[in-house]
Order: sequence, then structure tokens, then C-alpha cells
Amino acid sequence: MNNLTFMPVLWPLFTAIFLIFFSKKIKLQRGISLFSSLIGIAISLYLVFSVHTHGILTLGVGSWDAPFGIVIVADMLSSLLALTTNIIGFAILLYSFYSIGEERERHYYYPVFQFLLIGVNGAFLTGDLFNLFVFFEVMLMASYVLLVLGGTKIQLRESLKYIIVNVLSSSFFVIMVAYLYSVLGTLNMADISQRIAEVNQPGIISVIAIGFLIVFGLKGAIFPLFQWLPGSYYAPPIPVMALFGALLTKVGIYSIFRTYTLMFYHDQDFTHTFLAILAILTIIIGVIGAIAYWDVKKIIIYNIIIAVGVIIFGISIMNEQALSGSILYIIHDMLIKAALFLLVGIMIKISGSDDLRDMGGLIKRYPALAWTFFIAAISLAGIPPFSGFAGKLLILQGAAEKGAYFGMAVVLLSSLMVLYSVMKIFMNGFWGTPKADYALTNNTVNKMLVPAVLLVIISVLFGVGTESIYPFITQAAETLINPDIYIKAVLKE
Amino acid sequence: MELLMAIVIGILFMCATYLMLSKSILRIIIGTGLLSHGAHLLILTMGGLKGDSVPLLSDKVASYVDPLPQALILTAIVISFGVTSFLLVLAYRTYQELGTDDMEEMRGTETNE
Repeated sequence: MNNLTFMPVLWPLFTAIFLIFFSKKIKLQRGISLFSSLIGIAISLYLVFSVHTHGILTLGVGSWDAPFGIVIVADMLSSLLALTTNIIGFAILLYSFYSIGEERERHYYYPVFQFLLIGVNGAFLTGDLFNLFVFFEVMLMASYVLLVLGGTKIQLRESLKYIIVNVLSSSFFVIMVAYLYSVLGTLNMADISQRIAEVNQPGIISVIAIGFLIVFGLKGAIFPLFQWLPGSYYAPPIPVMALFGALLTKVGIYSIFRTYTLMFYHDQDFTHTFLAILAILTIIIGVIGAIAYWDVKKIIIYNIIIAVGVIIFGISIMNEQALSGSILYIIHDMLIKAALFLLVGIMIKISGSDDLRDMGGLIKRYPALAWTFFIAAISLAGIPPFSGFAGKLLILQGAAEKGAYFGMAVVLLSSLMVLYSVMKIFMNGFWGTPKADYALTNNTVNKMLVPAVLLVIISVLFGVGTESIYPFITQAAETLINPDIYIKAVLKE
Repeated sequence: MELLMAIVIGILFMCATYLMLSKSILRIIIGTGLLSHGAHLLILTMGGLKGDSVPLLSDKVASYVDPLPQALILTAIVISFGVTSFLLVLAYRTYQELGTDDMEEMRGTETNE
């Protein structure tokens, strides 16, 4: 029993309720949000260190013991992701001050922002399948509002599609929960895992596993289910887009992590092979999209899909190296995607267009922006010693151990293509002759650059200092590879 | 009873699929409503239907109904009501702004404008 476990969810909830009362006072709202977000980082940092020293922390809500009551579980993976979420929330909040516009700020942008954090952190920390659904809904409801806030034509059009897709997948989620409940009679993840182990995953459980893959795949944008993503993520303003790109898809991936390592791991020949095939197809489709477009937003959006494929490929390998690689890579990707979206946002703001053919020569007037983008770009591609490298290396090592050479080749080639796609932005956007008279002063740009630089610095430190972070990552991977640790901690046997 | 419920759920899903494949936003929204009702009925049925038994565990009662699915449905119904009402308001705003309720006309163009 440890109330700290639930604090990353409760703290933004208090903040959000508090913020609703001051919706018209923009300065005050900014101050409170910023303060709350710093406290949020501190809380989740403390949570990470507590989990590191004390092992998995659990909280039985209402003092009901694990298989019967609702249980909140903070293991290393979920607390690390909660920490990353809070850091990204802080950076994007800082960026929103200069770019979201007063009209949106007055219409409850900041409270809804906090509600999104509640949903994301809650989904990471819950140990109960139905509560995962509830937190998904909290997160989605907040994302609907953020997506439609402002009410431009493209936003309205794309939100409608986004919501319909998500309503469908939520119904699917409920249906799969119902099936699992009728087969096993429990909703607690640890208890589910134990009972599946007892019956050794018969065919019906594998079917349910694929059903869950459809649900989480829709949220995490894996191969056949990603079509909603490029359109929907294109519509909202940059900070919201960064928030979605960094957090929302990663919640889907986290759920795949949980279900496929904790619950459905007995019939790996079927489920994990299926996962590997989908992952490889996801990478290929993402690469095609990323190199096809001249639109900077589209290029980065398709890079999300590539990263999803790489992480899922790591999960499908299911040995300790590949899983720790996936964990490293998911954290790296959250940080660097948020940074890239923010940087691209500044580029669009300067040049007034999101087409690369209308940009050029930005490096002459804005060198800081250019070099930050360069570092972010090579981190994304996984060039050592930056942060993408260690994760990808571990995934590849794990794959080599398992003999998945085709997947390895695809991941390696995809890195080259990712490098090509971001270098295309760098060369066409920053080099060459300026296409227009860029009016934005360096002062304004620098203000917006601060959060992006912050994220890039964290990600560079994350890459250079992988050695010192590695104990945390192995602790997270150990729980995934040995579900017994998780089960024992939750059910207290 | 379970068989009857299964058939009802199947019919609900069938109608939902049919409605969601149409062009008009309003029909799609009604479709999503039917879909979530089908899902809720499915949870209820999966818990096992025990006629007029009560959802209480006590020594005096021989057969009892599992209360958990009912708690789950309650939550899911509230969420689906919320989402549906949001969707209705959004559809109305979209109709005002774009002047159409036809999904065919809401495709993105090449430049996504």
C-alpha cells in the first residue's frame, strides 16, 4: 500500500480542477500549469527511485486486496514512462505559451492538457484491464477536445473521423474485456496472467490476444490500422500535434508491451510471429510515407509509424535484450518526437508554409534552430552516441540471438531511410538560398526554441549516459521477461 | 436465454455495421450507439444470466448473479453516452462549418486543406 503510486494521476487531476476556475485569467493559468508540471516531474522522479529501491509498488484502491479490488501498480516500465510523459508535458506546455494563441488558452486549453496527462499516466499505472479502458477513455476524451479546439474546417473534418475510429476501437476493447472475463473470470492483469499460465493459453485466449492487438494497434498505429493517423495528426496546431505524436501512440504500444509480455506469452509461435510480421510491414509502410512527402509535418508523422514498428518488433522478439532495447527506444522516441515536432513547428512559423519547397536558407538567420534540428535528426536516425543508437543496437542484438535476420535487415535499412527523410528536411529547409524574407526575429524564435532544446539536451544525455540509466532499464525488462515478479508483487503471495 | 441474447447482440452489431458504412454522419452516429449497446449487452451475457437471482453473495441464497459485469456496464454506458453526445455536437458544428453531412465530401485533398 503506497499512495505515492497514484500521485502522477491525482496531481494533474487536482491541477485540472483548480485551473477550470481561472479559465479567463491566462497568465495565472500559465503559472499554475507550469508549477504543477514541475511538481509532476518531481513526483514521478521520486516514484522512479522508489521503485528502483523498493521494487514494484502497488496500491489497492479502497483497501480491497488485489484480485478483487482495483489495483494501481507502478513497476519500472510504467514509472519510467510516467516520468517521460511529465517531462514532455512540461516542455510542450512551455512551447504552448508562445504558439497556441489566446483564443484557445481562454477556452480551457490548459485544463484539458492536464486531463490528457491524467489519462496517459493512468493508463501506464493501472494494473486492471477495465481501468485501462477507463483511462484510455479519459485520454481520448481529452484528445478529442484538444483536436477540435479552435474549430477550423480541417480540424472539424479530421476530428470526426478520429472520434469514429476511436469509438469503434473502444467498443472492441469492451467486447474483448467481456470475452476475457467470461473465459477467465477476472480482470486483474496479474491474476489473468496466472490463470492463463494454468490453462497454458488455449486457442480461445490466442484469439482474444489478437483482438486486443487490434484494439491497441488502432491506438498505436500499427500496419493495417494506421490510416487514421496521418490525417488526424495533421489537423491540430503544433503543440497538440507534438503531444499526440509523443504520447498517444505510445500508450497503445505500452498496452501491447503489457498484454504481450505479462498475459499472452505462452503461444509465442502464433501471437509473437503475427506481431513481428505486422511490425515489419509497419516499418516498411512508414518508410514509404516518410520519404514520399515534401510536407515537413507529414514526414515527421510517418516517422512516428516507423518508430512504432521498431518498438513492436523488439516486443515480438521477446528476449531480455530486445525488450530492454524496446524500452530504451520507446523513451528515446517519445523525447525526440516531441522535440522534432516543436522544431518543425518553429520552421513552419518562420516560413509560413509547411512545404519544404517553400523553405530554404534558414541556417543563415537561425543557426541555433538549425543545429538543434541537426542533433535531433541524427538522434532520431540512431547515430552513435545519440539516444536512438543504444535501443536499436539492443533490439538488433536480441533479434540476432533469435535468428530473425529479415527483421534485422528491415530495421537497419529503415534507419538509413529515416536519416534520409530528416536530412531532406535539413538540406532543403536550412541550406540553400532563402525563398522568402523571413520576418521573425531571433528573439521570438529563441523563446520557442527553449523547450525543444531542453528535450534535445535530455535526449542527448539519455544517449550519452545510457550506461548509468541502464540499471533502471534492465529492472524494467526483467519484470517483462519474468512475469512472476509482477504477479508476486501484485497478488502478494 | 443466453442464446436469445447472442442473437440480439448479433442483430445489433449487424445494424451498427450497416449504419456505420453509410455516408450520412447522423446514421454513422446512430450506428456507433448501437455498436456500444451491443458491446454492453455482451458483457452482461458473458457474466452469465441467472434469471431473477440477485447480485449478492450470502449463505441463504443458493444462486447469485455476478455483480462485476453490471458495474462494468455502468461505467461503459456512461462513457459511451458522453462520447455520443460530444459526437452529436461535433457533427452539428461540422455541418454548420462545412455545409455538408456527407462523409464522401469530407475527404482530405492532396494538400490536406
